[in-house]
Formats: sequence, C-alpha cells, structure tokens
Amino acid sequence: MTLHIVDRMRMQLKTYTMILALLVIWVLFGFLTHWVFFSPTNLSNLFRQMTIISFLAIGMVLVIVTGNIDLSVGSVAGFIGVVAAGLQAQILSDLLPRLFPSVSADSMAILVTVLTIVICLIVGALIGMYQGALVAYLGIPAFIVTLGGMLLFRGAILGYTQGKTIVPIEEPFKAIAQGYLPRSVGLILAAVVIVAIFVFYLSNRNQRKTYGFPLAPLGVDLLKAGGFSAAIVVYVLIMNDYQGLQNPVLLMALVAIVFNYITKNTRFGRYAYAIGGNREATMLSGINIQRNVFKVFILMGMLCAVSGIVLTARIAAGSVSGGENYELSAIAACVIGGTSLMGGEGTIFGAIIGSLIMASLENGMSVMNMGIEWQYMIRGLVLIFAVYMDVASKRSR
Amino acid sequence: MSEYILQFEGVTKDFPGVRALSNVSFKVRQGEIHGICGENGAGKSTLVKILSGVYPHGSYEGRVLFKDTELAFSGSSIRQAIRQGIAIVYQEFALVPQLTVGENIYLGREPVNTAGLVNWHKLYSETRELLSKYHLVIPFEQKVINLGVGQQQMVEIAKALAESASLLILDEPTSALAEKEVESLFEILHKLKAGGVTCIYISHKLEEFFRIADSLTVIRDGAVIKSLPVKATSTEEVIKMMVGREMKERFPRTRHQVGEVVLQARGISTSTDAAKTKRALQGVSFELHAGEILGIAGLMGSGRTELLTAIFGAPVAHLNGSVVVEGKEMPLGSIPEAMARGISYVPEDRKRQGLVIKETISNNMSLPNLKQFSSVLAINKLKEIRECQRLFDYLRIKSNSLMSSVESLSGGNQQKVVIAKWLMSKPRILFLDEPTRGIDVGAKYEIYKLISELAAEGVAVVMVSSELPELLGICDRILVMHEGKLMGALPVEQATQEKLMTLAAGMTLKEGESA
Repeated sequence: MTLHIVDRMRMQLKTYTMILALLVIWVLFGFLTHWVFFSPTNLSNLFRQMTIISFLAIGMVLVIVTGNIDLSVGSVAGFIGVVAAGLQAQILSDLLPRLFPSVSADSMAILVTVLTIVICLIVGALIGMYQGALVAYLGIPAFIVTLGGMLLFRGAILGYTQGKTIVPIEEPFKAIAQGYLPRSVGLILAAVVIVAIFVFYLSNRNQRKTYGFPLAPLGVDLLKAGGFSAAIVVYVLIMNDYQGLQNPVLLMALVAIVFNYITKNTRFGRYAYAIGGNREATMLSGINIQRNVFKVFILMGMLCAVSGIVLTARIAAGSVSGGENYELSAIAACVIGGTSLMGGEGTIFGAIIGSLIMASLENGMSVMNMGIEWQYMIRGLVLIFAVYMDVASKRSR
Repeated sequence: MSEYILQFEGVTKDFPGVRALSNVSFKVRQGEIHGICGENGAGKSTLVKILSGVYPHGSYEGRVLFKDTELAFSGSSIRQAIRQGIAIVYQEFALVPQLTVGENIYLGREPVNTAGLVNWHKLYSETRELLSKYHLVIPFEQKVINLGVGQQQMVEIAKALAESASLLILDEPTSALAEKEVESLFEILHKLKAGGVTCIYISHKLEEFFRIADSLTVIRDGAVIKSLPVKATSTEEVIKMMVGREMKERFPRTRHQVGEVVLQARGISTSTDAAKTKRALQGVSFELHAGEILGIAGLMGSGRTELLTAIFGAPVAHLNGSVVVEGKEMPLGSIPEAMARGISYVPEDRKRQGLVIKETISNNMSLPNLKQFSSVLAINKLKEIRECQRLFDYLRIKSNSLMSSVESLSGGNQQKVVIAKWLMSKPRILFLDEPTRGIDVGAKYEIYKLISELAAEGVAVVMVSSELPELLGICDRILVMHEGKLMGALPVEQATQEKLMTLAAGMTLKEGESA
C-alpha cells in the first residue's frame, strides 16, 4: 500500500522537479537578458528551435528504453536535411518540369515539397533499417554502430555538398518550419484541445473507477487539467501576440501524441519497455527481441528524417554543418526528461520537456551573447549532470 | 566465560510502520549448531543484519551479548563484526569469478612483501593451511568461475573463517545447492563444530535442521515462538509453530485422472555452448500425459532446466531430436511455436528470467499474452486488466493493486505473478522450474494446491525441483537426470528419496528395484 503511493509520488515528483528546473532556467535567463528572453519574438523562436531536437528526442526515448543508444542522429538528420535541399534545388526541380510541363509553378512547388518529404522519410527508414539490422541481427553494440554512423553520415554530407550550401528551398517547404497558423485557427484549436484534455481526464477517472484503482481526489485532477489548459491558453495568446501558432510546434505536438500512444497502448511499445527492463525475461515470454529493436531503429531513422526536414525548412538551405551535436542535445533531453540509460524507463512527455530545457539553455545563452566556447562546455556539463542525477536517484533507492 | 556464546536479550527493532523484531530473546550455546527457522519476512534477515552491524548499536532496543560482552557496532563498517569473530556467509555469494580461490579469500588484505607487492607464495600457502585446517577440499589456485556452486560456497565459508571466526552464520546456505552438495556442506559443518566453531544456521528447509542442528529457534512475525533442542520436536510441530496454524498435510493431493499422451519428446540432444554454462543433453526421451504431474529430479547442472528450455524453444546449441505435441510434430527452437501449442514455462530464476522488475504486476502478467488483448493497433486495456484481475484474485496475490511494481512484492508473491503470467495463456502443458525456491511455507502450500488443481483440470505439469520431499509429495511420476542423461522414471508409489538420490548420483538401482 505505502510502497505503491510512494512510487506514484516519486514519478510525479520527477515530473514536477523537471518543470521546476525549466522555470528556474527561464527566470534566470529572463533576469540575465533583461527580460529579452521573454519577448514574444524570442519565445516563438525558442519553441521553433526546440522542435528539431524534440523529434530526435522522441525517437531516442524508444532507443534508450530498449537499452540502446543512437549517436548518429545528428549526422543522419543533417544528411537528410541536405538530401531534402538537394532534391529541391537540383534533382526534382530539374526532373519534374520535364515530366509534367503543363503544371503551374505554384503547383509544381507543392508537388516538389510533397515528393521531397516522402523521399526523405524513405531515406530515413532505410538508414534506420541499416543501423537496426547491424544492432539487432548482427549483434554489434548500438554504441559502435551509431558512433560509426555519426562519421559515416557526416562524411556523406561533405561528399554530397562538396562543402557548399545548397539553395534554393521551395516556399511551401519553408512553411513547414517557418509558417504560422492564422490567429483565429490557433484559438479554435486551443479550445478543442482544452475540451479534449478535460474529457481525457474525466474518462480516465471513470476507467480507473471501473477497475477499482485508487483515484486522486477529483479536485487534484481538475487542477491538473486546468493547469494544462491554462498553459495552452497562455502559450497561444503569447504566440498570437507575435505571428501565431508555429507550424513546426503543431507537428511536434502531433508526433509526440502519436508516439505517446505507441509507447502506452501498443504491443510494440510494451515490448520495448520490457526488452530494456529485462531482456532475458522478455525473450522467454516469446517476444522477438531482434525484430522489435529493428523496428525501433527504423522509427528513429524516420524521426531523423522529420528533424532534417524541419531543419532545412528553418534555415532555408542545405547546410554542411546541419545537425552537428544534435545527438548530445537529444540524449540530454531524454535523460533530463527521466529516461533511464539503464533501459526500461522513460516517457515521451519527459523528452519534450527535456527538449524544451535544452533549447532554453541554448537560446538563452545565445540571447546573452555568450561565447560559443562557453555554450559548448555548458551543454556538455549539463548532459553529465543530468546523467548523474539519474544515477544518484537509482542509488538512493 | 558462560556456556553461551551469543545471547539476544529483549531485542526490538522498528522500521517506520513495521515492527521487524519484537522482544526477541534466545541463547546460542558454545560449540553448537543452532538453527533459526521462520517463514520469509519472519525477521531472520533482520537478526543477521544486527549481528553483522548493518543495523548499528542503538538503532534497536535490547541487548545482544557476544562472548558475554554487549555488541556495540557503530555501523560505520561491517568489518567490525568480522574483527570480533562473527563471520557471515550470505545466500548470495560475494565472490569475484575471475579471481582464484586464494585471491578471493584474501581479497582486500593480501599479504605483501616489503616493496608493497603481493606475496603470492605466502597468499597461497596461507590459503592451503586454512583449507586443510578446516578439512576443505578446494583447488585453491583455480579461478572461482570454474568451480561448481557447492565449491563456491566452500570458498565463501573459507573466506569467512580466514579471520578466525568463532561464530559462523549461514544464511539460507542450501538454497542453491543440490542434494549431494548439501551432504558435503553438512559434513563440513560437523567438522567445524568438532573444531570448536559455533554455527547459526538459518533456513526455511525444515528437514535440514533435523539433519544438522542441535537446537532450534522458531521465529514468526518478528517474535521468538520457541527455542528448543531439535531432538525434542518434530517437523509437524515446527511447521505449526512457523505458520501459526495447523497444516493438515504439507502436500495437498487432489484426485486427478491421468489421461492420454500430450507430449512426446524423442532423443533430445544438445551440445554445450562456448561458455559451458549449460549441460549438454544426451538423447533424452519421455512422454507426458494429460492431467499428470511429472517430476524431474537430479542434481544442479544435471540438465533438468536445459531439457525444459530446449523443448520450450529457448536458444541452445545444436538441438536435435523431435517433440510431438498432441499428435503433431512441433518445430523446435521457437518459443512462440511452443506457446502456440499450449506450452508454458515458468523459469527457474524469477528475477532474472521471469519478471521485468520495475514494471507493474499487470504489465508483467500480460507480457507474453498481449496478443490475446490486442487488435491491429492497440491493446484493449479493459480486457487486459480484467484478465489480470481474475488471476490476481485466483492466486491470491498480496498487493493492494495490479498497478504496484513487482519490485515491492515478497518472493512468494513475485513467484505467483510469474505463474499467473504463464497461466493466462491457458496452457495445456505447464513446465515449472523450481517453482517453490526461496518462498515461504505458506506460499509453497498454495502453489502445490494450484498444481494439483491444474492437473485435475487436465493440464499436464512437468515440475523440476531440487527438493525431493516435494517431488515425492505431489508428483505422479518422477524422472531422474544425471549429467544430461535420463537415468530412469519411477512411479511415485515406487519412489523413495534413496532411490532418487542413487539415480541422481549416476548409479543404477539394485536388482529388483524397477527404474
């Protein structure tokens, strides 16, 4: 009885500490930047910045939960970003007008964008299959496969770009990262989401009641749902004060919801946690570990593709240095968000908050005009500190 | 000095919300073997932790007298206990497998020469002296990894004795040992006793006290029920004291009808893997009937576990032979295949092989059975929880909710979760590998009852066990294995402990004794 409640409280305590840490960092940067940090322009920027890392962090949760690691995500995202730029600037823009000469320029831009996205996702999946096969079926440690992959795909970027920046990028493609929802649509969306949150909380209570599980007092649940709703309203209002809800943030929310569902409600998700929690017991439960680890890496590859697409859309070019050191931010985001490097533990929600913390650090340090050398060192130390917190919390049990 | 080496006087130890020991008093005579028995959670390990200094002086009420002086450990280091002459051999070994026996025994206090380098000659000659003093036969220059479990335990004992202990505490020493190794352990204990070492022997295997101990203290729910000489009591009486209620019989038997053959294994052979951790099987064949409880006896490492896991489809090297389930040949080497044919396997080591320890009870139970509750996209959680709840109630698992982590459960309840996990698929053939290891008498009884009930419903049960009385108590037929070979099969009416042990030792039965 007591243990159960303590367990739940510990989990929630973790979430609250995380959010508290975020607030402390924000207030600190707000103070240090004479509150420039909190300007709607900068906040809008910050959230757009975080999305690129968050896609990687979402995939990384699954990778780490199964007891693996992926050090190649930065290079892979960068590589796919360059591929996306190349497809638009060179390959597709040459090929398509010849195939469909009658299509108008505007429609052609949309067609190029859609095809680019599809091809990038396929390339991501293929890279995931390649790394997943080496890890799952050949049994090479993920650390080595992806450390190699980090150099392999960084090399591929250099080879493909020949050191040059690839432009131009189609307008519809840029909108993926740079576009905004009309303000009214943003408000309507917020209202819909708030209703959904309350419905979710109340139906969840009902379900728990049917199973006879302990219920938190109604007030507590309403307070939580209210808190989420308030955060959404405040967020939408601030964003509308600038230019509106950002497209990439919506995309991130969507991907996060899908992956949250995968981790909690599908067999594949359950198996991933079981594999990381106890590989042998999972194997003896008749679960194909290799196939599931393989799938995890394919998903990771596809999320690298999403990240690369948003990256290229944001900077409106294919850049040689795209995605550099993103693996560090993604891993740090997961660990800060409560994912255990020992495997078997971690949530998508935590990874999103972790990404926000990492993005806030990077954004805040830039706004402060801190030297890049300090930024690198601080990010490195934050990663180490986050892992230490994880290790220390294990020890105290 | 008084005739008592150790005296507990009114020791009470509280934890937040729980009283682990309440007013515990008992005396251990100089030079005797003193058994302490009690169910899991009765307070045995708390006693040990007070003696080892894990719970320092002042963290408990009452007094503990060792050689007539009160123990006053500060809790800063458990070496204080060793220095005073109290040595403890824990259930789980603390040996470094890659080091030799000698290195292990002197780990952390290697004899050094003037240059500060390890004096290997001295280390090994001291090891030799130590071993011969206590009549321990261990190849002391071997790496520990190459020794059997029984020998590893001797190393632990030698390590404990190396600092001239006068009181040796053994905590569940036989839980990992096979019968033969238990024999030699007892021999050693007798020799130690003759050499003047007092021994506290903690166990929940009752038979052992009657074979080895001079006196016995029974504890239940943190209190001493009785201290008495072993000669003055009986197994039944001790059980009654341990569980606090009368248990009519230790092995419940319900009538069950043995039906047709459901599984035929023919010539199952394997080879050892590179690490030599698994025993190679050499052409094992047997038949299993519906509603039958088939026991498999044999020493640790005789291939019992390997036989079950090979049939169940766990990876093994060079698997040969055939298995026919309900008239149809089953492709070997695939667990999903075996599960699809109604086979379940409850593994030997529940923490390592059975449970995802951080996960909830329900997630553990449903892990192999998720297909039952899943559509293409999602798990139907309502269905899942209902099924988990059914087994949770059926097996009377003690926890407040299915959502508790299995980490928080006692050994017996964890074992029930593993069994529930494998009953959920409604198996027609159930393999149980040491299903009662390390769990208390009450939980054991419930598991025996469950096995009988399942057999009565027509489930074919195969049960591997190191405890012969248990096999004799509930099985219909007992197979005996030795070094990867099947030595014989005895109907339970003809089986005796002696016969089973003879076969398990690799000898054949005398004329007139069928096997």
